[in-house]
Amino acid sequence: MTLGGAFSDSDLAAIWLTIELAGMVTVLLLVIGSPIAWWLARTPSRWKRPLAAIVALPLVLPPTVLGFYLLVAMGPHGPIGELTQAIGLGLLPFTFGGLVVASVIYSLPFMIQPLQNAFEAIGERPLEVAATLRAGPLDRFFSVAVPLARRGFVAGAILTFAHTVGEFGVVLMIGGNIPGETRVASVLIYDHVEAFQYAQAHWLSALLVVFAFAVLVSVGALTAVGKTARQ
Amino acid sequence: MTESIVARFSIDYVDFSLGVDLRLPGVGVTALFGPSGSGKTTCLRAIAGLERPRDGYLSVNGEVWQDDAKKLFVPTHRRPLGYVFQEPSLFPHLSVRGNLEYGLKRAGGATEGDGLERTAEILGIAALLDRGPEKMSGGERQRVAIARALLTRPRLLLLDEPLASLDLRRRHEILPYLERLHEELEIPSIYVSHMPDEVARLADHLVLLDKGSVIASGPLQETLARLDLPATFTDDAGVFIEARIAGHDQADELTRLDFAGGTIYVPRRRPPTAAGRVRCRIEARDVSLTLQKQGGTSILNIIPATVIDMAPTEHAAQVLVRLDAGGTPLLARITQRSWNTLGLAPGSRVWAQVKTVVLIG
Repeated sequence: MTLGGAFSDSDLAAIWLTIELAGMVTVLLLVIGSPIAWWLARTPSRWKRPLAAIVALPLVLPPTVLGFYLLVAMGPHGPIGELTQAIGLGLLPFTFGGLVVASVIYSLPFMIQPLQNAFEAIGERPLEVAATLRAGPLDRFFSVAVPLARRGFVAGAILTFAHTVGEFGVVLMIGGNIPGETRVASVLIYDHVEAFQYAQAHWLSALLVVFAFAVLVSVGALTAVGKTARQ
Repeated sequence: MTESIVARFSIDYVDFSLGVDLRLPGVGVTALFGPSGSGKTTCLRAIAGLERPRDGYLSVNGEVWQDDAKKLFVPTHRRPLGYVFQEPSLFPHLSVRGNLEYGLKRAGGATEGDGLERTAEILGIAALLDRGPEKMSGGERQRVAIARALLTRPRLLLLDEPLASLDLRRRHEILPYLERLHEELEIPSIYVSHMPDEVARLADHLVLLDKGSVIASGPLQETLARLDLPATFTDDAGVFIEARIAGHDQADELTRLDFAGGTIYVPRRRPPTAAGRVRCRIEARDVSLTLQKQGGTSILNIIPATVIDMAPTEHAAQVLVRLDAGGTPLLARITQRSWNTLGLAPGSRVWAQVKTVVLIG
């Protein structure tokens, strides 16, 4: 059986949608997560701990809880919903855009924690050196902190991508199951099982297992390289 | 003395406070000297703007960098200074050339290709330019860090024990480069150290710090010859003298040095430096005093001098005597009894017998 035979058109559409969603969430979180991680890594503020806890909440909350609140907030009478309606975007639930917003929040800790650790590992000294060499705060961030934390960026990006591929509960709460719009691979596996299409469920599931395994091996290799480089 | 650097700071930490009010010359090398924990590094960091003292005032050759009375604080990256940290803090993600260009570009010297080459030449790192920092020795890295600071064309160079992280051999590898900088570049520098020999070789002006306050500040030789310094410092009291190599006595393996107060001999140790200028250290405990010039003694160096004053030491039996030998200050540690039996007083003419002279550089 060839790969083309293993996956139906709707399977391939769901896989493509999954990659699109995970890619977009990763890019957005690189942009949103970097300043938050930078702030958490360096602030002496007493708000640091509460904020870090909020960022970590998706790690422990059931996805249904997060999905429920997001659904309410993005609904016609929720604050986000009223905003998106006011600026002409319509309502986010059951759209691809809604999935992106929910996934960004759900995957936040997977980007921020590796980044924050990488920023903390740099220490104060390289930034002080850069300041004595005339680099301003933003310059220091891009010319020193980012290159020195590049392993954190790669690890954060890989973990965010993988975690978004693997999410299910939030997707179901926010996006439902609309083919080509919100039906991602994990939801489709659920559909296949519901319809007793075990062969198709097997193929998709095996694909996700291989993908997850590859991700963990590459993140592990990255950490090992980081350790030897520091020695 | 041109008082061109004015620094007034106070910093309070939980277990340490620093309060200084300094006026330093705007030229030459000033050493901040003191035991560890005396606040040397904190003081230097405050001058760089890396620490934020309260009620601070700092001006460098006419430019005000901090004046809390006027709510003025120039951030570090806007201060035209160079800073060399204790450990060679090169950027690991950049090559040696990348490290050197980092500051050069930001200080607005992008087109100065030969400035980089020349500075690399002075510090002996020209052959390392395309290497990564991780494959270099500590001494090489520290020379790159010094070159990197110099390439920003600083108006004030701050060095925080740049040799402390290096072993003795590496230290001797870098010291000559620092001396060359002192002679060839006219950048006022502040040099933090707890090593007397480094201070003696490099400094023109000396600030003594202890427990966060300034004990003494003045020209190197004058300050070292002061008697009112606490026991921690006078314990190994001594002076540094500037001398010129006048010749060598081949047969006896001795080098003859001329200084303002006369001539001294030291064991010949190495070929003379190009400049022919050296510094020597004479410890107070190696100097004894006589009223007449003694014959029949094994002591080689006998220098005529005048007594200036005397101070008690931590030992009740001993006193420190300050002498003037043709304008060069000397210290002698003798007993209280000798002071009395010889009938010494300020103005007495004596002969200082020097048992040991240490050639420093």
